[in-house]
Amino acid sequence: MLDIENLTRLHIGPVTLSISDGEVIAITGPSGSGKSVLLRAIADLDPNEGRLKTQSGARADMPAPDWRRKVAYLPAESGWWADIAAEHFKDPAEVDLESLGLSPEALEWEVARLSSGERQRLAFLRLLEHRPDILLLDEPTAPLDAENTARFEARLKRCIKAGISVILVTHDPEQAARMADRHFVLADGQLTEAAHV
Amino acid sequence: MSEYVVLSYFDIALASVFLLLNGALSLWLRLGIARNLAFAMVRMVVQLLLVGLLLKSLFAIQSPWLTLLVALFMTSFAAREIWARQDRRLKGWRGLAIGGGAMGASVGVVALMALIVLVQPDPWWSPRYALPLLGMIMGNAMTGISLSLDTLHTALNREQRAIEAQLLLGASKWQAMRPFIRQAMRAGMMPSINGMAAIGVVSLPGMMTGQILSGVDPNEAVKYQLMVMFLIAGATGMAVMLATLASAKSLTDMRDRLRLDRLSKRK
Repeated sequence: MLDIENLTRLHIGPVTLSISDGEVIAITGPSGSGKSVLLRAIADLDPNEGRLKTQSGARADMPAPDWRRKVAYLPAESGWWADIAAEHFKDPAEVDLESLGLSPEALEWEVARLSSGERQRLAFLRLLEHRPDILLLDEPTAPLDAENTARFEARLKRCIKAGISVILVTHDPEQAARMADRHFVLADGQLTEAAHV
Repeated sequence: MSEYVVLSYFDIALASVFLLLNGALSLWLRLGIARNLAFAMVRMVVQLLLVGLLLKSLFAIQSPWLTLLVALFMTSFAAREIWARQDRRLKGWRGLAIGGGAMGASVGVVALMALIVLVQPDPWWSPRYALPLLGMIMGNAMTGISLSLDTLHTALNREQRAIEAQLLLGASKWQAMRPFIRQAMRAGMMPSINGMAAIGVVSLPGMMTGQILSGVDPNEAVKYQLMVMFLIAGATGMAVMLATLASAKSLTDMRDRLRLDRLSKRK
């Protein structure tokens, strides 16, 4: 569950939105409309105003690192701070590489040699290690081919079944239709619910 | 001061012959540095002659307030120099205050202790001792701080994605910035460490050479040089750590966000 009340950041908002457990909302909108800005603000990565809470408590009452572990944001381009992929995981042995079509050796590879699609999938698995309540996904399948997009969506559906709420920013209306319970459009800083998915 | 050889202005003019030759050559080879060379040379001559006059009258007047005033002027000039030497700097008052404050605090403590406990001139603030000591320590701390802040700001800006990736996985701002803070501190302290390693074998330090040339027993000159080197390295280390931590703190906030919006654009 994620409750957002009057969230504002730069030209975005105020955004008020409530997402229940296991619900997926899709956000679309023209490039530059601030979809990533909105996700960053929800993750508290940039200064912003507004009251947010999940089942674990209100954002204002918990340290930012705790909030970000619960409300996990996957940026469109992932960041890496060590040379080898495995060094970015708490428990590399437990990572379920196969579900996303990754080679069993993928964790031993150098990050610099990974393709953008491999990086994106590893960054998603890295995020799941922290058992988030909410997933904020910024065009997660943009660098993936059709086959791996299907795998990714299947993995995501398992998360949703387990009760994780998802905000999915996507450019693909068909993906929005496949995955989302509700569909919003961000334009001119305002988030409005589209009449029909 | 038995063997002190007094230089005449003619001797000094003669010493500049090689540099003038360089100027002529660079004109001939069209290196395009003749103007800079001439300007730097004239500036050095004027600055040093003026400072000689200033020091002479300061030593004659022996006023604590005047000495303090000169010390403050040196500090503010050095603070501005630290600010100017960074590719990306903190916006607003912090840009000047962090470098200047870290330098003023550490150089101040070290210089005071050197004067009051170690050298003990009478009076302790005697400008003949206070100003040269302060100048030597400050010059090195200034270089160290500007190197470390420049390194830190460049690294945080370049590694934004990697730092934010860690923040997004629940790391604290200090955990996420740790390698870059280390890197910045190392960059700031490297010149002092290298300076200590090469001293005596490769380079004879200017202060010691000056003392020996003016007739001081080499053993005594070495002792002075050792003291100054310890003070310089100690003050630079403290200044570098203070400035780096303060700047890293200023570039993040209470909610563990990386605040690159507080950094200016590249010059």
